[in-house]
Amino acid sequence: MPDVKVYVTLKASLLDAQGRVVQNALNNLGYSDVDDVRIGKLIELTIEGDGAAVDKKVREMCDRLLANPVIEDYRFEVTP
Amino acid sequence: MRFAVIRFPGSNCDQDAYYAVKDLLKRHVEYVWHEDRSLKGFDCVILPGGFSYGDYLRTGAIARFSPIMEAVVNHAERGRFVLGICNGFQVLCEAHLLPGALVRNAGLKFACRHVNLRVENASTPWTNAAEKGKALRIPIAHGEGSYVADEDTLDELNAGGRVLFRYCDENGRDSPESNPNGSVQNIAGIANKGFNVLGMMPHPERACERILGSSDGKFILESVTRALVPA
Repeated sequence: MPDVKVYVTLKASLLDAQGRVVQNALNNLGYSDVDDVRIGKLIELTIEGDGAAVDKKVREMCDRLLANPVIEDYRFEVTP
Repeated sequence: MRFAVIRFPGSNCDQDAYYAVKDLLKRHVEYVWHEDRSLKGFDCVILPGGFSYGDYLRTGAIARFSPIMEAVVNHAERGRFVLGICNGFQVLCEAHLLPGALVRNAGLKFACRHVNLRVENASTPWTNAAEKGKALRIPIAHGEGSYVADEDTLDELNAGGRVLFRYCDENGRDSPESNPNGSVQNIAGIANKGFNVLGMMPHPERACERILGSSDGKFILESVTRALVPA
């Protein structure tokens, strides 16, 4: 059964308040070369099927539930 | 006139809304469980605050697919009244009954205090008992109440008079300091095109009697009551 990893991230145009706080923490730890941190979600799932049918179904799941297109972008990887 | 208060697993302001309508507004109100499928006979449906489905995935994302939501969408499409408060506002955005979305507060803190809201449009079913430009004192209690929408949506909301409330100071002036969560343009509450659906992060149901610090929330419930039963 294919394993799917879905990555959901806040749109670049939106302030990622969490990312900014983590960036400050990294800077305070001495990693002063870090100048952008964005935090997203990783959703792992397994699904029956293969090929284009799985891609289509995962895209549909992302559009309907896993991501909100108003605020988020998504991408996914399928491992057969 | 009949009000419904929807209960999702994780709703926690359902009793406040019920109490405000029943005991203070003196109107008929019933709870409706999220697995029910009908809103027949109800005039105004309230989606209360809380953490429906634990806010898993995104606020409102799971609740939006509850069985009752089909009836809520149908109710709204027929021009009947729907009020989403706090988590209810988040659910309405996820259900595409209102545009935009609510994201994590700019300061990351859960904000729980009274704020001032300027009434931007007093010619709506939700604000006809209030005065335009007046500041209402109503509490907020949320961690993810920062309203975001793209430029086109904001233009449309502003042009249509659909931003009903903005965060402001006690004199009615909006400023970055009076914005508790980083909402774009200090937006605290918006309506749909037909003005029968209102979503707002502040809690009018918690501010309907002086003993709770403010009774300004009653303007909103009284407005919709007036809209339903014209004087």
